[in-house]
Amino acid sequence: MSKAIVEIKQVSKTYTRGKQKVEVLTALDLEVAKGDFLALMGPSGSGKTTLLNLIGGLDQPTAGQVLVDGQRIDNLGSSALAAWRARHVGFVFQFYNLMPMLTAQKNVELPLLLTNLSGAERAQRARIALTVVGLADRASHKPNELSGGQAQRVAIARALVADPTLLVCDEPTGDLDRRTADEILGLLQTLNREHGKTIIMVTHDPKAAEYATHQVHMDKGAVAIGEVP
Amino acid sequence: MKQIFAIIWMNLRAVPQRAGSSLVIVIGIAGVVAVLVALLAMAQGFGATLKATGKADRVMFLSAGVTAELSSVLVPDIVPVLRELPGIVRDADGRPLASAEVVVITELRRGNGAQRADVNVSLRGVEPAGLKLRPEVRLVEGRWFTPGLREITVGQSAARQFEGVKLGATLKFRGSEWTVVGTFVSDGDAHESELWTDADTARSAFGRGSSASSLVAQMASATAIDTIKAAVKADPRLQVDAMPELEYFASQSKQFTEQIGLLTGVVAAIMAIGALFGALNSMYSAVSTRQVEIATLRAIGFGGLPVVLSVLAEAMLLALAGGVLGGLIAYVLFNNMSVSTLGSNFTQVAFNFAVTPALMEKGLSWALAIGLLGGLPPALKAARQPVVEALRAK
Amino acid sequence: MKYFPLLWATLWRKKARTILTLLSLVTAFLLLGLLQAANSLFSGDSQRLSANLLITQARVSFTSPLPMRHLSQIEAIPGIEQISWSQFFGGIYKDEKNFFPQFAVDPDRWLKTFTECRMPAGQATAWKSSRTAVIAGRGLADRFGWKVGDPIPLKSQIWPLKDGTRAWNFELAGIFEDVTEGSCPRMGNMYLRYDYFDEARQYGQGTAGIFVVRIKDPNQSEAISRSIDVLFENSPDETKTQTEKEFQLNFVRQIGNLSLILNAILGAVFFTILMLTGNTMSQAVRERIPELAVLKTLGFSNHMLLLLVIAESMLISVLGGLLGMGLAALVMEGLAHAPTQFPPITASVQVWQIAFASMFGVGFLVGLPPALRAMRLSIVDGLSGR
Ligand SMILES: Nc1ncnc2c1ncn2[C@@H]1O[C@H](COP(=O)(O)OP(=O)(O)OP(=O)(O)O)[C@@H](O)[C@H]1O
Ligand SMILES: [Mg+2]
Repeated sequence: MSKAIVEIKQVSKTYTRGKQKVEVLTALDLEVAKGDFLALMGPSGSGKTTLLNLIGGLDQPTAGQVLVDGQRIDNLGSSALAAWRARHVGFVFQFYNLMPMLTAQKNVELPLLLTNLSGAERAQRARIALTVVGLADRASHKPNELSGGQAQRVAIARALVADPTLLVCDEPTGDLDRRTADEILGLLQTLNREHGKTIIMVTHDPKAAEYATHQVHMDKGAVAIGEVP
Repeated sequence: MKQIFAIIWMNLRAVPQRAGSSLVIVIGIAGVVAVLVALLAMAQGFGATLKATGKADRVMFLSAGVTAELSSVLVPDIVPVLRELPGIVRDADGRPLASAEVVVITELRRGNGAQRADVNVSLRGVEPAGLKLRPEVRLVEGRWFTPGLREITVGQSAARQFEGVKLGATLKFRGSEWTVVGTFVSDGDAHESELWTDADTARSAFGRGSSASSLVAQMASATAIDTIKAAVKADPRLQVDAMPELEYFASQSKQFTEQIGLLTGVVAAIMAIGALFGALNSMYSAVSTRQVEIATLRAIGFGGLPVVLSVLAEAMLLALAGGVLGGLIAYVLFNNMSVSTLGSNFTQVAFNFAVTPALMEKGLSWALAIGLLGGLPPALKAARQPVVEALRAK
Repeated sequence: MKYFPLLWATLWRKKARTILTLLSLVTAFLLLGLLQAANSLFSGDSQRLSANLLITQARVSFTSPLPMRHLSQIEAIPGIEQISWSQFFGGIYKDEKNFFPQFAVDPDRWLKTFTECRMPAGQATAWKSSRTAVIAGRGLADRFGWKVGDPIPLKSQIWPLKDGTRAWNFELAGIFEDVTEGSCPRMGNMYLRYDYFDEARQYGQGTAGIFVVRIKDPNQSEAISRSIDVLFENSPDETKTQTEKEFQLNFVRQIGNLSLILNAILGAVFFTILMLTGNTMSQAVRERIPELAVLKTLGFSNHMLLLLVIAESMLISVLGGLLGMGLAALVMEGLAHAPTQFPPITASVQVWQIAFASMFGVGFLVGLPPALRAMRLSIVDGLSGR
């Protein structure tokens, strides 16, 4: 195993809704190595999304440490965390979450607005990212003019464009049919194999998990079976 | 019918949940109605003051072709002729009940700060008969002026609006001092904005020779005006116009009422359009939040009409609330507010804003019109929307 | 600036709503432009009057004429460059609706006093050589389509002729214009010859109306005004002298407390608009919560989102404001050429300042609450639509 790029140490997460406390994650430990394609599996409500959000710096643990590329992110302030996300993580969601009023090209350019790149450089990079996902010819289309699979490719291009350390995907094929899902998974696999991207993907689908290099099964906020190759 | 009411009721009960956008309609329309009613109340108050001035059975003579007392000059030799015209009543001593009056313009201070201005105020010289033939004029304070002395008795509005017009105060006109010796009221009419003195005293003090501005006389009845007009026409020496006093003062409010009417129309129309856009916006969003609910109802088998009516009822009800609120705001802030402006005689006329039921009604009808126009397109959109598509939208 | 395309696209996310909001902003600023411009009539900053002119009127009222003998006494005061007199004529041209002011003046003195207006030399000579000749401002001539040589019949409301009739007949000898753009504030007036007028009128001979005094140094205006008034103190023909600007201002103020009423209307309008756009903005933000959460996941910071939402609100407000003010300018331009009794109004620099302040103010106030909401939005809640 090569060097761990994600280290989760004794992480707990408790949500408070009114007076009720829900302990979602309990003293969880997990390591993801650089270049891994990890599939996170488990029953609904087991805390997969919660864990993914912690890794992606969208949320912060109640206790424990989250390290990415050797840097602790569980104690960063909100602006530092935002800046960190911009540089280190790319997100892919089940429902694509594209900006409906922007074209595919502009959607992909969005994360680059936070860099110092010029307009021309941003456009150039977005075009490359779209080419990588095979959608160069749909650059000027709006999300509602794209099929689900195409929209998800645009979302992947958006996640890739800033060349992040990590790609974080929450059920990226949950809303797609088998064939389209296979295409998307193939794309992720290519990104992992050929471009060396570290990918963490939540999925319910055992077939999807087969594309990954590793699998982790969660249950009730803890790792049930880890590191199935 | 039952389904219509059921849906309307269901919809109206949901209005409080959309309090934000409902409030926008109410307040938007309240703003329009308040401004509309306030401006109309101004025109109404001004008109009422002038229309209350003068009586139908008194005749007024001005030089031919002039529209205001200010520019009228009755030369000395015709004044006695006018007094003796048929149809003019005589007093117990057999003298005609007629007053040849002079009106001169004086300047007084009004307001403070940036509003401070030297404004034109009428000083009216009346003959003793002038007080007798105007029973509505009553002294409320002090006494009447003494002929021959530089004394004035002032209208109550003048005393309130202009600086230094207090009982016992002195005012300086043309290098000499005049003492305020009393205050009169006159049923709230335009004369209350004037300063009154003796006609001869005014004539000599203001160098008017023995000419008059106008002559007012009591007629036997309102119908005597025809006799008088005929007599004036028959005598070529009389280059004068005779008209009922009431008619003269009513005509004085025409220009102001027209101008305020134009201002009101433009301002209220622009505001109403703005409020209409707001209402449309709010109703469209109300409809889109109810999209699924409406589609479900349609799917169950409700017709399009109840849907349209339920949206319209909501819009109209909110508009009505806005209209009532706006009318109340105008009433509380402006009713009876006392101001004075330049009348067509080129002098100040004080009047009170009058928020009347008729104006309130007008405000409400504007409100309902905005409600209707703002509610109809979203209502139609809601009814026309394809059921399947709406159900799919989350 | 690089965020502009994003802002612009966001703005037009729901076209109908944005257009309706924009239109209500347009109406608000249309009213603001018109009413503030009208309001500035009362505060005097839209008057382009020369600071070198003083008006001497009868103390008792400017409608009372002053005797002509005052002329030589005033003329003797040092610091005075030129003096002329002017009697209001009060004529009606065909219909009362056609109101415009006319004054009887002495041509030679007029030409030397009102130096901000000019006329071809030939026309000035023509005016001086015919007793019933009159001159009119370019604005007035255009309003009625007059050309030099046209007859102008007027029915005077104030002055009868010797025979008691009121129909006066004049003909147009000249049309005066600006010397420099906007220099002549008298373009809507007509001037007739005093010598003819005085001889033909039935009464009032030898009285001057008001005196118009041109002084050399505008800083001297108060001192000179006082020296004039002191001359006639305690006489029946006491005078009151003030700058032409004060005179005009006082004249409009006589109409009454209109500016208070105009301000009240504007207040009502702005409150309404604030409510309206405020509601629409927060609605727009509410709908976009998942999108805002996505922007946050992409690394947009909380402050960035705050700024973006406020900028969006400012953008729509400024857009609506500019359109509304532009429309107001068009309306005023139209009004200036239309035959109305209203004095022409224009949006001064100050009106534009007020308008810009309002645009940014409305944009900021309206954008702030939803912007704060966007800033505080938790990503996890936003993504799940909670
Ligand atoms: N913001 C929150 N507030 C309160 N409870 C939450 C919150 N987010 C998640 N939960 C709870 O935490 C538990 C785990 O949620 P999570 O979304 O991580 O599950 P999941 O494994 O991703 O499930 P699924 O497969 O359905 O997506 C659930 O019981 C959920 O109700
Ligand atoms: Mg999940």
